[in-house]
Amino acid sequence: MSWTRIVAMTRKEVLQILRDPRSLLIILVIPLVQLFIFGYAVNLDVKHVPLCIYDRDGTQTSQDFLKHFQATDYFNIVRVSDSYPDIIRNIDHGVCSVALVVPPQFAENLRSNGQASVQAILDASDSNSASIGMGYAQAITQTYSSEIQIAWQQERGLAVGAPNVTFEQRTWFNEDLESMADLVPGVVAMVMAVVGAFLTSLTIAREWERGTMEQLISTPVGKLEIQIGKLLPYFAIGITDTAICAGTAVWWFGVPFRGSWLVLFGCSTLFLIVVLSLGYFISVTAKSQLGACQMALLATFLPTFLLSGFIFPIDQMPVVVQWVTAVLPARYYVSILRNVFLKGSEIRLLVPDIAALAAIAAFLVILATRSFKKRLA
Amino acid sequence: MNQKAPSVVVQNLTKRFGDFVAVDNVSFEATHGEIFGFLGPNGSGKSTTIRILCGLLRPSSGRATVAGIDVGRNPEAVRQHIGYMSQKFSLYNDLRVAENLEFFAGMYSVPKKEIPARIAWALKMAGLEGRGQNPTSALAVGWKQRLALGCAVLHRPPVIFLDEPTSGVDPVSRRQFWDLIHEMVGQGITVFVTTHYMDEAEYCNRLVLLDRGRIVAMGTPTDLKSHHMKGELLMIECEPLGPALDLLQTAPDVLDAAVFGSGIHAVVADASAMAPKIREVLLSRQFRPGRISKIEPSLEDVFVSLTTTRGAGKSGVAA
Amino acid sequence: MNSTPAITVSNLGKSFGAVTAVDQLSFDVKPGEIFGLVGPDGSGKTTTMRMLAGVLTPDSGSATVAGHDVRHDPEGAKRDLSYMPQRFGLYEDLTVDENIRFYADLFGVRRREREERSAELLAAAGFAEFRKRLAGNLSGGMKQKLGLVCALIHTPRVILLDEPTNGVDPVSRRDFWQILYSLLAQGVAILTSTSYLDEAERCHRVGLLYQGRMLFCDLPEALKKKFPGGVIVVHSDDAERVRAELAGASGERDALLVGDHVHVFVDDAARRLPELRARLDAVKVSYDSIEQVEASIEDIFVSAVERESAKQLPKRPS
Repeated sequence: MSWTRIVAMTRKEVLQILRDPRSLLIILVIPLVQLFIFGYAVNLDVKHVPLCIYDRDGTQTSQDFLKHFQATDYFNIVRVSDSYPDIIRNIDHGVCSVALVVPPQFAENLRSNGQASVQAILDASDSNSASIGMGYAQAITQTYSSEIQIAWQQERGLAVGAPNVTFEQRTWFNEDLESMADLVPGVVAMVMAVVGAFLTSLTIAREWERGTMEQLISTPVGKLEIQIGKLLPYFAIGITDTAICAGTAVWWFGVPFRGSWLVLFGCSTLFLIVVLSLGYFISVTAKSQLGACQMALLATFLPTFLLSGFIFPIDQMPVVVQWVTAVLPARYYVSILRNVFLKGSEIRLLVPDIAALAAIAAFLVILATRSFKKRLA
Repeated sequence: MNQKAPSVVVQNLTKRFGDFVAVDNVSFEATHGEIFGFLGPNGSGKSTTIRILCGLLRPSSGRATVAGIDVGRNPEAVRQHIGYMSQKFSLYNDLRVAENLEFFAGMYSVPKKEIPARIAWALKMAGLEGRGQNPTSALAVGWKQRLALGCAVLHRPPVIFLDEPTSGVDPVSRRQFWDLIHEMVGQGITVFVTTHYMDEAEYCNRLVLLDRGRIVAMGTPTDLKSHHMKGELLMIECEPLGPALDLLQTAPDVLDAAVFGSGIHAVVADASAMAPKIREVLLSRQFRPGRISKIEPSLEDVFVSLTTTRGAGKSGVAA
Repeated sequence: MNSTPAITVSNLGKSFGAVTAVDQLSFDVKPGEIFGLVGPDGSGKTTTMRMLAGVLTPDSGSATVAGHDVRHDPEGAKRDLSYMPQRFGLYEDLTVDENIRFYADLFGVRRREREERSAELLAAAGFAEFRKRLAGNLSGGMKQKLGLVCALIHTPRVILLDEPTNGVDPVSRRDFWQILYSLLAQGVAILTSTSYLDEAERCHRVGLLYQGRMLFCDLPEALKKKFPGGVIVVHSDDAERVRAELAGASGERDALLVGDHVHVFVDDAARRLPELRARLDAVKVSYDSIEQVEASIEDIFVSAVERESAKQLPKRPS
């Protein structure tokens, strides 16, 4: 193997990348744009659910109850209604997505029967928000219920009874449940996968399409020299993008970083080897740039977005789909990244993920290397 | 229609792109039924002139009419009266032969009723009768070329422009193609051709040689060869060839020298006078000259002598 | 000069599916020789070149290039040869210098040697002042010359050129050939394919390929002498009429209209010349001259191909 030839291939590739505005755009702009989109614009937390209230009781008690909804961040009272048609109209127009109706006799029922119910009307066309809103409403109602129970018992001088089993939610590792911190590691993975495989997928296909490949394979350059020489710049780009994304996540978005930088870069290297080999293989097989980038996007963007655990938790997926994710390198990388950013646990706990990633990497490297031949036929 | 009336008239045509003068005061006429050849190095203004005549570029000054239409004022109207066949044939490989013809018939607004007849005519002319349903991609290059020509003339234009129509095509197909052209010319169509193939230039009735935007020669191929050559041509055989070439290129009274096959073509003012002198010089250097004879210049010799050549560079490359 | 052939081809064959592209081809090229491969589209020129360049595996037969067996040791051959395909490998987004450097590095040419050689080659090609220009911004002729410069940067022993001057104007073509000739003195062997018949005349030997087989292989002069029959040229202002009158004359094989000339192919020029003259005089067609000329390479080519195809079943157009 000749170092001169490898450097020659790398130099040529770098010059071509630098002189192609589209490549530069993909390398520099898209990762940051993705980060900022997911960082700022996408917010999976459901807060400030617009609420419409209809108090048909109009007593001190009902007011007291409704104040609990006012006092919280989870709801935002946008309208005080005075009729059902009004509620329906407001839900239809999207002014509110939840409506709370306190029935008449609410206070009376509580006093005499010790029981009352309130009605919640939900706009289930956005079922995700609806069920979350429902959950909040139930939780708040439950809180109110416990409060008046305790107050009642205290009034009668009874000892406060055996503590109810209350449900206390304690989220570990992401106390504010800021979905952004959760998302950013996944965004890093997605950016790496797309940039790495997408850019690389053009490299061989472009030589075929522009007609330069035939002459290249008639020279003494070896196929490994071609592969290494071409992939080196994309590797450098990938690692740099990883650093930029990780840096931006930590220092701009304030995402915690509790693991080791060594693990981050080591595993990123491994993941890059995976995506670059995938891109190379696609480039060799596709023969046209258009076909190559379509294949690349299909092979990286969709699986990473849908199946890596980035947004949708893997254990919520049907079992068959979970098996499919077992061969997805992004799944392991996202898991490692989440660990490194949010958990910072010992490396030995990461070993299964790293091992899986390494196995996939080995497979793809061999596949990519064998797929390229220095022959037309 | 007056058969000998000019179908293309160009008067003092000039085209500037900013400071750069691409076409410089060019004037000529072409008559019906004539094959008119455009020769010139890359950048000589050939393509620009053709584009102006096709109504694709506006002249900066001067005038050109094609089939009686002033191309400066009515570029759109011109296109209906011309056919254009480009070097790359512009055929859709994923369409069938007849589908390509239908497409171009539509592009040229051939009246609907006439389309089937025209397509049949084009197929016959191209020798592709019965092959209308074949995929275009399966045709060999020579046949694609004829199909492309067919597509360019569906609307029976009086003038057609062929831009390097036989580039890369083998000589047999080329001859057949030129037979086709001759048939069309026999019907009164004016054919403009640009080419780098000097033997193809010989097929033209008249040639215009452009260099750097200006006409440097115009006339029949015979005219050009006999009257426009600056000097006369000697064919010199000599061993060893390379050093002999070096010597001759720097010799006084030798206007130009280039290797040709196993001999050297040298341009001199007076062939019969120079021949013995050259033999002497070669012998004096212990070279071994063979035949030295005057030959008729080919169009290529004329072309090279008239267009700008780089200064007689070194004959070649050392080890 | 060494006379062991630089290229030997022996019963080489290659098929693509049902199509036989190259059929039991045999020829050789000596060092210091330019051999021209001529043939119609689909005759197997490019396929032959690709096999010799080691980028296409032959199905049968053997070939050696600079002493290496290209079937079993193509990578060895690649060190000593240079190949310029029809779509040659110019990187349009790299400058002239960067392209040259790339190919020099691939062949392990050291920096000093590369600089000397590229200066020489660029001067010979006439565009030394364009070194920093992007290759994509060069004209067609210059691109072609740059392709040649890149192919020559490493002093190969064998050069394979596939239609290298397609679409290139005659001036650039001359520069190109000048560079090639200068290499012959060093014992380089050049195999070039071309569809420009006047280029075929510039080669030492010409081989005519048709449907994958070699019909002729000889020096241009020898081919012309062997041409069956002769060519008579009539120069006339009324060339069309001349042609019409002479077509069908006894002994006439073909009459071709070439500008203001008619080329008539006859079986025996000496005998038919006075006959044709008499014929034209009888119908009072005016002409400026009528004389016998030497057959051109194109004439030889066309007649050989027509004879070949007449031997076979009528060929379909596609």
